[in-house]
Amino acid sequence: MMGASALRGRSMPTTAPSSSPAPAASQATIDVLTALLEARTGQQIAAYRSWRLDTALKPLLRERQLGSLDELVAQLLAGKDREIGEHIVDALLNQETSFYRDAQVFEHLVAAIADAETAGHRIRIWCAGCSTGQEPLSLAMLFAERHETTGAPVPDIVATDVSGAAIARARSGRFTQFEIQRGLPIRRMMRWFDGVGADWVAKPELVKLVTFRRVNLVSDAAPAGRFDLVLCRNVLLYLTAETKLRVFSTIARALRPGGLFVMGAGETVSGQTPLFEPSQRYRGFYETPSSSTGDPRLRAPGS
Amino acid sequence: MKTCLVVDDSKVIRKVARHILETLDFTVREACDGQEALQCCLESVPDVILLDWNMPVMSGMDFLRALRDSDITQRPKVVFCTTENGMAYIRAAIEAGADEYVMKPFDRETLASKLQIVGMA
Repeated sequence: MMGASALRGRSMPTTAPSSSPAPAASQATIDVLTALLEARTGQQIAAYRSWRLDTALKPLLRERQLGSLDELVAQLLAGKDREIGEHIVDALLNQETSFYRDAQVFEHLVAAIADAETAGHRIRIWCAGCSTGQEPLSLAMLFAERHETTGAPVPDIVATDVSGAAIARARSGRFTQFEIQRGLPIRRMMRWFDGVGADWVAKPELVKLVTFRRVNLVSDAAPAGRFDLVLCRNVLLYLTAETKLRVFSTIARALRPGGLFVMGAGETVSGQTPLFEPSQRYRGFYETPSSSTGDPRLRAPGS
Repeated sequence: MKTCLVVDDSKVIRKVARHILETLDFTVREACDGQEALQCCLESVPDVILLDWNMPVMSGMDFLRALRDSDITQRPKVVFCTTENGMAYIRAAIEAGADEYVMKPFDRETLASKLQIVGMA
């Protein structure tokens, strides 16, 4: 997701806060937590220090009235609470995202979609790793407004994330004052959101333009059907090379021939997979070198 | 370097905004009410104005109307920055000619995002 990735607090200082009262977690605890995240999401946190785990999991410790990560892991390993693992993973995922993140991408994709529409089929877009929904809702606003002015159909937008909590939030369309102000022009906020208490909630007619689903990119199949455009931004950079290849393969197989793939601003396929190459038509986008679904490189590993 | 005029009767808000704006490579000027802001604009029109709503002497809304009615031919971007967070206030500001709207409290990311939206960052 933008990004279902790494740990929260990526802008934290590079040294541990000296005032942290929580006792340091044992190496065994750190190993369990990192293994849990990797097993469930494919994401690695081995490079991060244990105090970052403390920071990310502090709210969960407080909620469960636990004094340390060791106690949390003991609860996890006791196996009595089936939801605890999911709560830990949700807390460790970085759900950083914003409306119209890297705004140029949205300008380019409107042109790309307009070209794809000449083929005559209903356009389908997959936001793979949508976090709390800002990316698919940005697309929905863009295409709904285009529909109002030109009558062009709104594409099917499918948005997925590994985190059940993130998908639930995305479905609710509810954003804090800070979230709503990141990237969203005020006129669009006025058009598509209502103030509810201290939050802002997307109008039902906007939310219904997006199908939100929980999908684990690493272990689940892609949503059914083929897509003209797949956005998977700031997700893959936290995966191992091997896992990344698997996801590249999933995405390549989910694309319609001639379909486009978009990664985050700092990401590239260069040197990582032969399944994609930079699009000659649309700068910053990727395409499969062969439009044939029979291309053996597009088969799932082991299949 | 782009210039931003911060108009707010709170010294703390002006200080915080100045700090953020300077990290975003703006040259910052300050005014503590609408009348002082208008005077600043007559001397030199900034690229963007960060404008509080409720201020003594002249409110942000009165300043905006005066600015748009004035002989100043340049059209600086105006970004309201206020605790008036209701939709009715936002609508009134946009209808009066504001380009963007920041709901307080704000942080660096919010301000940077809004300035980018109006083409200033």
